Amino acid sequence: MSTDNTAHAGKHHFAHHFKSAEHEYEASKQGIWLFMATEILMFGAIFVAYGIFHALYPDMFAEGASHLDWKMGFINTCVLLLSSYTMAMAIQSLQSKQGKKAVPYLAVTILCGAIFMVIKYFEYTHKFHMGIYPGKWFQYEGAQHSNLALYFSFYFVMSGLHGIHVLIGMSLITWVMIRAMRGDFDEHYYTPVEGVGLFWHIVDLIWIYLFPILYLIG
Amino acid sequence: MDSNHSTHHVVPAKVFALVLGFLLVMTFLTVIFHNMHLGALAAPVAFIIATTKAVVVMAYFMHMKYDTLINKIIFGTAFFFVALLCIFCVLDIFTRIPVQSTL
Repeated sequence: MSTDNTAHAGKHHFAHHFKSAEHEYEASKQGIWLFMATEILMFGAIFVAYGIFHALYPDMFAEGASHLDWKMGFINTCVLLLSSYTMAMAIQSLQSKQGKKAVPYLAVTILCGAIFMVIKYFEYTHKFHMGIYPGKWFQYEGAQHSNLALYFSFYFVMSGLHGIHVLIGMSLITWVMIRAMRGDFDEHYYTPVEGVGLFWHIVDLIWIYLFPILYLIG
Repeated sequence: MDSNHSTHHVVPAKVFALVLGFLLVMTFLTVIFHNMHLGALAAPVAFIIATTKAVVVMAYFMHMKYDTLINKIIFGTAFFFVALLCIFCVLDIFTRIPVQSTL
């Protein structure tokens, strides 16, 4: 069995139960893909529920969507797309031996995540001021449909679960950014950045669907 | 499996910039179509645009285009099961509820 870690200048040595650094990389990434599959299953179930209730009460969902400002959702979509780009570029810099560029790219990614959450905060507090709360706490007076609370339960669960993912993603990117500043990564070893990157792109992927279904179609 | 690390496919930076541009243009398109009030077509149009964006994100940002077959299958399986869940729920609800439910 050949061990090729001696051929690498990087500090990282693959764990002894792997036969090579590449083997370790592939196994780690496969684990992340399995995790990503569970994310699709979790959000997918909520999307299916949304689709069915939307088909049952189209007018009520249209009323719900009319309470959301699509401009906010639009800005957030652009911000998240930009953050996905900077995340991909952070990995690209590491791969192409320009690891120093990775840190500013990761910093911009975190900043975009923060902008997204600030906009979400303003949207949520605006809803709370109107008495629009999730589930049984819903106390908005001007509802035209008696079951408008159902739309906002979907809104808060979907965007809330997504928001939690953004916060977790930001924490993970901070972690890999600190490690990148420490010089842990190079073109031979960047597995944690790749894994965190996949997670961050999933967050973007889900928002790509959430924006039209919550803000536009309703 | 090739143990040489340098075999990882490196996507040129220009491609990522093009992908970002494409995604932003598609986002603008979604909003333009929304403001045109397409009625019954609004939902399918928005869904097709969103799916196009999702495929591009998966292929390039997530490097799926250059990933191993097994990882593609793992991820694809999740979508298959979501589709299965959707089909059976829709079959049940839209054949039974209009007939005998108070919903």
